[in-house]
Amino acid sequence: MKRLLALFLLLLSLALNAESIASDPLVEARLKSLSQELRCLVCQNQTLADSTAPLAEDLRREIRELIAKGMTDEEITNYLVARYGDFVRYRPPFKSQTALLWLGPTVMLIIGFVVLWVTLRRRNKTLPNDYEVADEI
Amino acid sequence: MKTQLKYLIPFVIFLMLIGFFLKGLNLDPREVPSPLINKPAPMFEQPLLNDTSKTFSSNSMLGQVWLLNVWASWCTACRDEHPLLMAMSQQIDVPIVGIDYKDTNPEALDVLSKLGNPYSAVATDVEGRVGIDYGVYGVPETYLIDKEGVIRYKQIGPITVAALQEKIIPMIKGLK
Repeated sequence: MKRLLALFLLLLSLALNAESIASDPLVEARLKSLSQELRCLVCQNQTLADSTAPLAEDLRREIRELIAKGMTDEEITNYLVARYGDFVRYRPPFKSQTALLWLGPTVMLIIGFVVLWVTLRRRNKTLPNDYEVADEI
Repeated sequence: MKTQLKYLIPFVIFLMLIGFFLKGLNLDPREVPSPLINKPAPMFEQPLLNDTSKTFSSNSMLGQVWLLNVWASWCTACRDEHPLLMAMSQQIDVPIVGIDYKDTNPEALDVLSKLGNPYSAVATDVEGRVGIDYGVYGVPETYLIDKEGVIRYKQIGPITVAALQEKIIPMIKGLK
């Protein structure tokens, strides 16, 4: 009986141990989604999720702890932006400094359409006259 | 005349593009401006490198202008920077505090005993937590902190003679 109890306790302790090593899947899921939106500053074209740089590992540890503290995703992002700047975000925020970045392509597209419209109108005005001249001859 | 000018437009746009590219070539993408400039330096209290039973607190530096240099024994760029730090410790009248970032104490002490110690104190940051608070992403990095404990300047990478003469020394004189 004693042996059985000892075996049971041993198994129980193993199970508990395994649980503490395998971290909370919810925390891991949030860490994954958050770190895909954050940049690793050592290898700048990688996300925190992809990077194996020591700093990225430290930052993932930090994010895990912040999640455990009950901070929201936005608070965690702000925490990192306060330290590393907007560059740490993979999607730059829209503000006066980044307005050209966000609006630039749309402005270029509009300019393109205006140029196209003006050119087509001019062509429409000139072409019929040419044909009339050709018809008369 | 008017049509001739029209054909110049693509050429002008081309020249403008070249201008942007030339500027881009001379920018260093690794230099990410720190959001901590003109913000209070994060407080930290960490064990001293030469005596881990004691701690160094950044609050103890309030009231003086000081330099915070993040370094490590494994960092080769820090070796390149070291002679300049040695010269600074003798010629510039501000304390240089070191943060030994993600390092082991014996190796760091070994480097200092071989190459000399430019620091008035060295705090250890084995886990890199102080580094995260300061937004460190590559060593060495150096912060100039004023009497009120506000970060005034950040040098990313080794301090250069040019940065020292054109920025750091004039700023120190202005802050004193």
